[in-house]
Amino acid sequence: MSQPAIEVSGLSKRYVIQHESQHDNLRDTMHHSARKLWRRLRWGTGFEKEEFWALSDVSFGVQPGEIVGIIGRNGAGKSTLLKLLSRITEPTQGKIKLRGRVASLLEVGTGFHPELSGRENIFLNGAILGMSRAEIKTKFDEIVAFAEVEKFLDTPVKRYSSGMYVRLAFAVAAHLEPEILIVDEVLAVGDQQFQRKCLGKMESIAQENGRTVLFVSHNLNAVRQLTTKCVYLSHGKVEFMGPTPLALDNYASSYSRDTPSGNGRHASIIEAHLIDENGLRLPAHQGAPVMWIEVIVETDGTNLSSIECMLTDMDGTQLGLYSPGHFTSWRFPATRGRWQCRLPMSVPPLSSGNYGLDICTTIHGKGPDHYLPNAVIIESSSLVNFPSKWDLRKEYASGHFILDAGDPKLSPLTKQPGSQTP
Amino acid sequence: MPTSDPPPLVIEAGQIERNYWRDLWRYRELTGFLAWRDIKVRYKQAVLGISWAVIQPAVQTILLTFVFGKLAKMPAGDVPYPLIVLCGLLPWQLFTSAFNGAGSSLVGNSSLISKIYFPRLVVPISTLAVALVDFGIMLALAIPLVIIFVGSLGWQLLFLPLFVLLALVIALGAGLWITALTVRFRDFRFITPFIVQIGMFVTPVGYRTDFLPNWRDLLALNPLAGVVDGVRWSLLAGRTDIYLPGLAMSVTTAVILMLTGVWYFRRTERQFADII
Repeated sequence: MSQPAIEVSGLSKRYVIQHESQHDNLRDTMHHSARKLWRRLRWGTGFEKEEFWALSDVSFGVQPGEIVGIIGRNGAGKSTLLKLLSRITEPTQGKIKLRGRVASLLEVGTGFHPELSGRENIFLNGAILGMSRAEIKTKFDEIVAFAEVEKFLDTPVKRYSSGMYVRLAFAVAAHLEPEILIVDEVLAVGDQQFQRKCLGKMESIAQENGRTVLFVSHNLNAVRQLTTKCVYLSHGKVEFMGPTPLALDNYASSYSRDTPSGNGRHASIIEAHLIDENGLRLPAHQGAPVMWIEVIVETDGTNLSSIECMLTDMDGTQLGLYSPGHFTSWRFPATRGRWQCRLPMSVPPLSSGNYGLDICTTIHGKGPDHYLPNAVIIESSSLVNFPSKWDLRKEYASGHFILDAGDPKLSPLTKQPGSQTP
Repeated sequence: MPTSDPPPLVIEAGQIERNYWRDLWRYRELTGFLAWRDIKVRYKQAVLGISWAVIQPAVQTILLTFVFGKLAKMPAGDVPYPLIVLCGLLPWQLFTSAFNGAGSSLVGNSSLISKIYFPRLVVPISTLAVALVDFGIMLALAIPLVIIFVGSLGWQLLFLPLFVLLALVIALGAGLWITALTVRFRDFRFITPFIVQIGMFVTPVGYRTDFLPNWRDLLALNPLAGVVDGVRWSLLAGRTDIYLPGLAMSVTTAVILMLTGVWYFRRTERQFADII
């Protein structure tokens, strides 16, 4: 096995929060230093600073030619990691070894100047990303063709639509030829078709040329499609590192540990899980027309309390609401107690993958009482639905639902012999 | 792909980059591109465009001639007073434009600094080009005026590039201090115009120093005095004197400014992205 392209060991980055905000201007600094000096003189101690470890003790390795995803929630340290890898900031502790030329794309269109034309910006942006003038010249036509902006090459980019702007910016970056490419959340922009084009380009960068790609995204479908391995970061630490499907499962299940909102003073949710119609726990939803969820709720006898569920996909898109309170004015009994509720939901056949179910108890006229985002993670497998064992997944561009209401009904159109179709 | 692996790039805490100066050289094309961008953009969407590079000094020449020549009745020798002023304004404008450009360069390019790696010295260095272009335009207009009103140019003109270099070194040295300090303390954005305003009077822009022997040594504390004297001397073919001890002082100060500027810049550079 060859040497890893990226070797990260014991990497940590600390930010000092409080200190910085007090350093905003000279007056504050002088004031602060004077006070600090005074304190030192009196008690012999300095000021306390509030520290924040954006990354702590992160280690992993990436082999040449691998495409590795970095996933994690906001504030998990993904961007800090990329900034360290691309040498924008310095680590507080630890070490990074990089073998090969590195180019990082932390933002689309860094250094684009609005007053300059598309042509000029290609050269400028290329130079900023580390290409030589000669390199840009040879790739110029390719870049323009990829961005589809031939007609507007000599227009200042401030007159571009945002779509054109992003296309041009990505096109320049996509034609970089580093051995290690670091990409942050750049696909969040552009339309579906262009996003697909970008993903394809990144895939071919790695496959055809054996280059290493580090890819950060919140778009889990893109991660699943593009990467083979993932580093899952949580609170600045590596929570999991391994094959993408496993990492994504790990990531998905972290959602169920979400911090609830509301205190659940009147009706608190104790636990919730997927069951079948007989009350047995199910590991996955297998396309039954009615999905059952069992929820244990403790109430304090408040009047008018009810329950609601929202089915979402892992990107947070809301798919459907179950709300007996609204549908039929159903309420919990107005007595104190612990209740086992089995909720039947009619769910259209879903494609394979993970879904989240938010569960919330409500007090009519007052709003939510106890809200648990992603209280149950429902794994749907539609494999069994079909005799031909099709694996229908949303990321294969098959959507959320399986729109199957039977086979096509055929009725032959009898052709009159000798007649001609118009 | 090369079969023999180059040594890996190691990023570590507190590490002083050994390849900094080589990197800076490798990024010279970027320096060029940033300079080219600044020049291209400078007079975009201004109706009078590049003629602003001429209008400003022209108005200043008239104003300073009036204040120093007419009101204060400073001696002019055998040179028309406006030319004394113009030859003083040339290096002064070069300095202020380079100093302001370099001083505001990091904050002005903060989006680049927080997103891309490159030796940060590229940014202030690239801003010098705009100042040079404006200087070139002014010089091209000033030389015919000198020939018309004074007669001829002399061998002293050959030394002009050296004085230009000296002005740029002073501007960059001071600019590095200011721009690195501005990253942390935005106060320096207010301090810079102040420095420039005061500098205008303690630099012999509107008057010649050879008629003020008592003040010469005091003025020499300002490194720009040497530059202005030198440019005037070389453009007016030696009709004004050059004060060599003052010039030596100016060169020394310039070198010190530059070395300490680079030192402070490099010391704080690694934190730019975190606090900008």
